[in-house]
Parts: sequence; C-alpha cells; structure tokens
Amino acid sequence: MSKPSLKSVGPVAVPSLPTSIAQVGTITKYELLNYFRSRRFFVLLIIGIVISAIFTAVVGYYGITYLNLTSALGFYSFWWGNSITLVVILSGIFFGGDAISGEFQNKTGYFLVGNPLRRSSIYIGKWIAALTASLIIFAIYAAIAVGNGIYYFGTSIPYQFGDSLVFSVLYLVAVLGFTFFFSSLFKSSSMSILVTAILFLFAFSLIELIVSRLAQIEPWFIITYGAGIIGNVLMDPYPLTQSTRGPGGREVSTFAVSIPQGIAILVGYFVITAVIGLLLFERKEFT
Amino acid sequence: MSVPSIEAVNLSKRYGSFSALSNLNLKIEGSKCVGFLGPNGAGKTTTLKLFTDMIRATEGKALINGVSVHENKKKALAPVGSLIESPEIYPALTPREALSMVAEIRGMPRSERKRKIEKVVAEVKMEEWLDKKVGKFSKGMKQRINISAALLSEPEILLLDEPSTGLDPRGMSEVREIVKSLKQKNRLIFMSSHLLNEVSDICDEVAMIDHGKLLVYDKLSNVVSRFSGADGGAIIIDVGLSREIDDQTVSGTISSFPGVVSAEKLEGKNLRLHFSGGIENQEKLLSDLVMMKIGLISFHPSSSALEDTYLNLIKATL
Repeated sequence: MSKPSLKSVGPVAVPSLPTSIAQVGTITKYELLNYFRSRRFFVLLIIGIVISAIFTAVVGYYGITYLNLTSALGFYSFWWGNSITLVVILSGIFFGGDAISGEFQNKTGYFLVGNPLRRSSIYIGKWIAALTASLIIFAIYAAIAVGNGIYYFGTSIPYQFGDSLVFSVLYLVAVLGFTFFFSSLFKSSSMSILVTAILFLFAFSLIELIVSRLAQIEPWFIITYGAGIIGNVLMDPYPLTQSTRGPGGREVSTFAVSIPQGIAILVGYFVITAVIGLLLFERKEFT
Repeated sequence: MSVPSIEAVNLSKRYGSFSALSNLNLKIEGSKCVGFLGPNGAGKTTTLKLFTDMIRATEGKALINGVSVHENKKKALAPVGSLIESPEIYPALTPREALSMVAEIRGMPRSERKRKIEKVVAEVKMEEWLDKKVGKFSKGMKQRINISAALLSEPEILLLDEPSTGLDPRGMSEVREIVKSLKQKNRLIFMSSHLLNEVSDICDEVAMIDHGKLLVYDKLSNVVSRFSGADGGAIIIDVGLSREIDDQTVSGTISSFPGVVSAEKLEGKNLRLHFSGGIENQEKLLSDLVMMKIGLISFHPSSSALEDTYLNLIKATL
C-alpha cells in the first residue's frame, strides 16, 4: 500500500480536559435539565401530589380517631409507611427504567460517547441526576406528610420518622442502582421499563410471599424485604420474626426484617447492581 | 513537531462468524482530507466506531496521535471531533444547551463558550434555531447541529461518518464548503461517504474498503489513474474556466499536451480532458494550462473517474 506524502503542520495542541468528576457534574446538570423539560418529571410530581391529596382527604374526611391514628407515630406509619415505597419504585421506573437503554434506542448516546469522557462518567452522572430528580419528588411528598402530621399532632415529630426517611432514601438509592443495572441489560427502553415495573410492582412482592409463607425461608435476598425497615421502624414495638404452631402442629414463621439486616440488604443491592450495571455499560457496544 | 495522525494496527472486528473488519492496517498523518469509501456493510462505520470507542476491537488497536482509543479514551479523543451515525440530541434541550454540554465536557473556558457556540451554529446556518428545542427539528436540522458539535472544539482531527446524510442539496454543498475550509486550517479529516462527487471534490486521498478489508489507500489522483481502467488507464479531469474558450484552442493546443488523450468542451465554461500520463505529466498539464492564461479556476479528477475506479475495485472483490 503506497503511503501518501506527509504535509508539515504545526504541533498538535492537546486540549486540557476537565477531570472525570467535573464531567460527571456536567452530565448530571444537563440530564437534570432534560428531566425538568420533559413530561416525566411533572407526571411523577403530579402522581406524588395526587397520592398525598388522597391521604389528606381520607384523614380529613374520616378523622384520626375513626382511623385509630391516636399517636403521631401511628399517623406517620399510616401515611408514610404505606405509601413511600410506591413513590420510590415509581421514581426508579420513571428516572432509571430507560436511563441507559434509552441512550441506545434513541441514539442519544452517540452524541455523548464520541467525546473525550469515560463511559463511567456518563453512567454516574445520569445516576446522580436520577437520584436528584427523585429526591425533589421525595422531599415534596415528605413535606406534605409532615405538614399533615403537624396539623394533627403538632411539631413533635417522632424520631422514628427521621429513621424511616433515611431508610427510604437508602431504598431509593438501591432501587435506582437496580433500575440502572436493568437498563444496562437492554437496548430497548420499553423493555427495560416494563421489566423493571413488573419486578418492583409485582414480582418481588410475589416471590417474597411465596418464599416466606410457603417455603418458610427468610427472603433476605429480596430488595423489597429489606425495604420493610421503612414501615417497621414506625411501629411500636418494632416487629420481630415470630414462630407459631399452625394446623397439624407445623411451625409457621412470620418474618420481619431487622434494621441491620434491612440496611445490609439495601446497601448490598446497591453496591452489587451498581458495579455490574457500570461494567455492562462499559462493555456495551453502540452497534 | 508532531502531526495529527490516526492509525489502525491489525484492527479487526468480528460479530460471531461475521467479520465486519479484517486486519485493517492504515496510517493517516498530516493535514489532509481522506475519503473513506466502500459499499454498504463494507466496514466504514465499524472502523469509525472503533476510532471513537463506540465498539471494541476483537483484535488490534485504534490509535489517535499514537494513543490507544480503547486504553486511554479521554486522551485519545481530546483532539478529535466526531460525527458517527447521525446521533440524536436530547429532544428537550436547545442546540445552545446541547452544545454547551459538549463545550463543558471538553473543558472549553466559560468565557469562550457563547462566542464559539454561536460561531459554529452560524457556520451550519442554524442561528435562528439556537434557542428552540431540538425535538421539533427535522433530520437535516439535527444533522447540522451534530456537525456543529463536531466542530465546536476546533479539533485537530475530524472523524465524519457520511456527514451529508439527511441534508438537502444546499446543506450538502454547505457541508462540503465547511470541510474545505477546515482543510485550510491544518486539520486531518477522515470522512466516510457514498457520495463520490463529494469525496472527489473535497478529499486529497481515498481509502477504499470492502468486505472489511482495505483495498487501497493513496492520493485520489493516483488511485484514479491506477484503477479507473478506462481508456487503458486514462482518467477524466474536469477543468473549470472563468471565461469561454475557442474550439481551436481545445482541439489544437490542449489536445496536444503530453498525456491528453482527448479534450472536449462542456456546457458553460468547462472542459473535460481524458488524460493518461501519470502524476508528473498531470502536474505539467496543470502548469501548461495556467501558463495559457485561459482563466483556469479549477482542475480535478471528475467524479465519474472516481466512480469508475470505485466500481472496478469493488467489482473485483465480489
């Protein structure tokens, strides 16, 4: 193969690039801007406000005595314990479901990956943006719950509600780690959203039920079991695993996740799925 | 003194038993425009994707300025602007925001961003759309923004995958002018295209690929003279003039220049020469035409010559 002659030109100027952390910040900033401009953020915000409105209306209509919400702890358990996991799961589906797969299906990834930045910066930047957008919804939802709590029970908010808030954020972190991992598995947005929705809305709860009730095995490997600490911490006393004699003298256990166990499950889910999801994205090809 | 370079070293890409790219060895250095030609599925886009780390090589390395793209992507792609497969931009963002994102990723100082963004957007004639959401844009408009994103950091090296895709004829012409202007600014441009007239018009060199294998890489004129096969190796040269020329000069003087097989007047003020005589005689021919003071304004192998070359080379590998 003949080699064409070389023209002489000036020295190649190598541009100085920002650090990878700064590039993560850039991705986060524009991903958030994209969220705020798109409908999905406002749809989820409206869903959160509607759920809050339903609780406000129910409590207002029936009254705390009729609902047997005689203490502040009982009130927060009723409101927060019964609904925050749904808000967290919806955040995971809305912001994480197609976060990575959408880059392939919609070809937006082609705009980014040809630039001098690591793929991990894209992944982490998008994850932080999803977490930030979710936390905004989460904060509004929490503010409405606290507002109602203060209205009925005054400003003395039980410390367990603070614990539950922290555990909810931990659950959100784990759910987003998991949804990003699933999003990295697929190149189709609708497929990754659908699978994530089915898993969190039905499959995990069903598996947890089957494993704990029928097989009588503690479902420590299910993320939704770990998330049980969000509601459990709002109960007084904190529920414990109990064994009773069922029909035919068979021992039947009702499992309750402890706080250390729940934290370990949620942290474990986040760490494992975040690492695998990142590795998958690093290796995935824009074919 | 270093020059911009891209190099494929034994670069291969396989998908199962299908070989998309086979043992490509190609080194391009210096400021020039190289057209990358081949039929659909030949391996052009695969090569460009390997140079931007969109896919991983099965074997071999893609080097930019001597740096492995896969092993040190940030450093390798720092001097590179690329446009691969008509990317989509987040539909909720405006061109200004999308380009700001690229500018920030590339570390462009804040003080320069606004001016540079407005400059590249003006270059692709999209000033009026700078603050409108991309989601409402046509394919051609998005492609213009993609081109401006590739140009934004004034990169030393441009990797372009069919940059005219989706553009109307005016847009195609504008892209050609942009690439030509970049050539004046000491850039290395590696551009795949199906438009042979585009390559013929813009590029100094061509690389042809088929079935994942490099067929030839050389200066455009050399490739055409070696492989066009017409008239015993003759090539067609289109000559543009600024004024009319009389028939006597064409059939008498010009036809008698060394290497000129035949000369004919075309519509307007153009000439078409069938030429057979190697690169030295071609240089002499150009010099003779200039000396004639006939108003010579352009001189290049015609796209039909490149087309002949292309078809001959590609046919040979079927």
